[in-house]
Amino acid sequence: MSRAVLLQVLYLSRRSVLRALRQPATVGPALVFPLLLLAVYASGLGPASGLEGFPGDSYLDFIFAFPLVQGAVFAAISAGTDLARDIESGFLSRLSLTPMRPVALLAGLLAGVVALGLFQGVFFLAVGLLAGVEVQAGLLGLPLLVLFTVLVGLGFGGIGAILALRTGSGEAVQGSFPLIFVSLFLSSLLFPRNLIENDWFRAVATVNPVSYMVEGIRSLIITGWDLQALALGFGATGLLVAAGLFGAAASLKTRMARS
Amino acid sequence: MAGSNGIEVEDLVREFKGGLRAVDGVSLRVCEGEIYGFLGPNGAGKSTTVLMLTTLLPITAGTATVAGFDVARQGPLVRSAIGAALQEAALDPYLTGTEHVRLQAALHGMPRKEGRRRGDELLERVGLVEAAGRKVGGYSGGMKRRLDLALALLHGPEVLFLDEPTTGLDPQSRQALWEEVSRLATDEGVTVFLTTQYLEEADALADRIGIIDDGKIVAEDTPEALKAQIGRPSVEAVPQDPAELESLGDVLGRFGSPVAASSGAVAVRLERGAGELAEVVRALDGAGVGVSSLRLDAPTLDDVFLEKTGRSLEGESEDAAEETPA
Amino acid sequence: MLFFSVALAVARRQVYRVFTKLSFFLPSLFPVLFFLAFAGGLTRVGEVPGFDFPAGYEAFQFVWVLLQAVTFGGAFTGFAIAGDFESGFARRLLLAAHRREGIILGYILASLVRVTFTGLLVAVSAYLVGMQVLGGGVDLFGLVGLALLLNFSATLFATGIALRLRTQQASPLIQTPLFLMLFLAPVFVPMPLLEGWIEAVAAVNPLTFLLEAGRSLIIGEPAGVWFAYGVGAALALVLLGWALTGLRRAERSGS
Repeated sequence: MSRAVLLQVLYLSRRSVLRALRQPATVGPALVFPLLLLAVYASGLGPASGLEGFPGDSYLDFIFAFPLVQGAVFAAISAGTDLARDIESGFLSRLSLTPMRPVALLAGLLAGVVALGLFQGVFFLAVGLLAGVEVQAGLLGLPLLVLFTVLVGLGFGGIGAILALRTGSGEAVQGSFPLIFVSLFLSSLLFPRNLIENDWFRAVATVNPVSYMVEGIRSLIITGWDLQALALGFGATGLLVAAGLFGAAASLKTRMARS
Repeated sequence: MAGSNGIEVEDLVREFKGGLRAVDGVSLRVCEGEIYGFLGPNGAGKSTTVLMLTTLLPITAGTATVAGFDVARQGPLVRSAIGAALQEAALDPYLTGTEHVRLQAALHGMPRKEGRRRGDELLERVGLVEAAGRKVGGYSGGMKRRLDLALALLHGPEVLFLDEPTTGLDPQSRQALWEEVSRLATDEGVTVFLTTQYLEEADALADRIGIIDDGKIVAEDTPEALKAQIGRPSVEAVPQDPAELESLGDVLGRFGSPVAASSGAVAVRLERGAGELAEVVRALDGAGVGVSSLRLDAPTLDDVFLEKTGRSLEGESEDAAEETPA
Repeated sequence: MLFFSVALAVARRQVYRVFTKLSFFLPSLFPVLFFLAFAGGLTRVGEVPGFDFPAGYEAFQFVWVLLQAVTFGGAFTGFAIAGDFESGFARRLLLAAHRREGIILGYILASLVRVTFTGLLVAVSAYLVGMQVLGGGVDLFGLVGLALLLNFSATLFATGIALRLRTQQASPLIQTPLFLMLFLAPVFVPMPLLEGWIEAVAAVNPLTFLLEAGRSLIIGEPAGVWFAYGVGAALALVLLGWALTGLRRAERSGS
């Protein structure tokens, strides 16, 4: 990358972050809601940790992957919405008229997601540790947990960018929120796969890559260093990131079909 | 003919899905340093033309060069030579004016120092120095337009595209923008391609005007020459006694066909030009119809538009302005 | 009569929008997702010691999802009102309507149509997943009544906020309190099994009373139903005042 492109990426990421920080109505809930739901799940589903076959002995430890993943998805959706608004307002056209490289736009947008994901990951982890979450993988596991969060955000950020670039409508991106949440909930996010009774649900959760992302994160907390879970987790996350980035780059090319 | 910094367009066509021809064989030339007004009602194809000339929309057929570069094949060169203020509020409400300018400079790959100097200079020129630290979300429509213009000018373009730059602006902001655009063309030799649905704007600003309707150019010339094509002025009279409105109409009707008049008045287009005015007065006198006011109106661009398309542009642009609040 | 013609006109337009605009329609499918995720994945929670609910976990979750659906049906009506003010459409309504209370009634009617649709969807998915219902006709009637009362209250609450803010910015202010009310309640397990600070909040949350009464109805062992109706009615009455004063504010603002 040339110096000029680097500078473009720098300014565009700066803008993504500034824009997010200046919308406290977006950032606030992205920090508060996942923690609130964490409390709700831990309080309501706590007794489930006594069931036979439940991994670990605390539901709080088990469900702690939830805020990490949900926060990342929040950040990604709001980045996608922001991009769609840029298209609606004509801001993208303004950028298209500069010699900006499309890759700089994408990198800037996703760098914003990564920055926020990093912040969220550290914040949630700090709150979790204070609330009594025990990370079995130890100190070395902490940066890995944050890395997971960032990568999940990056992957969903790519999906958000694809939606934004294909539809060009902030409303449509927001409207697809439920669909993305389907993929989160129809996984082992709330309950371990071995304790899901309904066959159809277990089947869906088993083919849903989100399950492996969650189980990878979770293994660091409740098991320690489970290489298989980590490999599956990073594999699923890596696939999502690759698909997201590739799809977003292709969509951007179509959207900015300038001559 | 057109200098290398102008615009040359031959048989430009843009067809959308479903076969709709938004732009249907437009040809035009804009010389270096000229202000070209592209006038037409909403949906006539103005913006589509601008999008093609600024390389943002692929051309279906025809050719176009801007600043000497082929729009279809030399996109990057075209873009580096042009500046464009495309539509209202193409700004990020959460960034400040200064941040917009810095971002734009970085995207153009301008050295940091030069970007800052040029940015500050432009912010000053468009009168936004005081507001530069504030978020754009709080700007008025006029301020946004001015920032938009500053951003379009940042990299020193040779050709400037302005798509309906004053829609939704108050008269004062409109006047200020007109002055700045004139200055750019006169002092800096910037070629300006401006679309508008306001006759007044085209008349005041443009060196030459192209009237577009339904994707086709129906007339093109200097404002004066276009009006001269109509040639004949109209005369409007108000009777002293409102009851005589009808007989007044009868008398005037001998001199030409009626045109729209203010309420309580009658107006006709003089068939044989301004020279007839004396005869009109004599005829009124002869018929014993007293008038409290008699006015000779030179032809306007609206008359030109009416003549070329059979419709009035004024009425349409009023409606359009109501539908798109600032 | 003017009152009802205004209400019907507003309701008709709003209903039409819900079913023709994808971004309005998609959220009405959300509760089905909640039901599938919670009732489908968490059935084993019903085996936790102390969890005593004869109709099974699907029925237990169905009541919460139903109440969630009607609450958010009200919230989305609030979003639509705020959007109407932002676009200037509401100004037209205020100008045209002689009895402006009719506007509020119209939005309430539209909200009812919307949640009836969503409620049916949830019920159908519950039936497909094999939910057991032990209560009889009267019990179910009581459950539907509770849901409608809650929808009425939620719509009035959201309307009151939308009329005061009159911009899309109202959305988080509408959503957050309703969200808190829904989740700070015995969502996954009965009250006695809740752990931690949430138990204390849930004990005073009005939704808890409606939720527990609803669950008692679905198993045909009504308990605390009249009290729940009382809580719901009081809530609706207070929020009616909230919405009407909001309408006055909107009128005074001239927008």
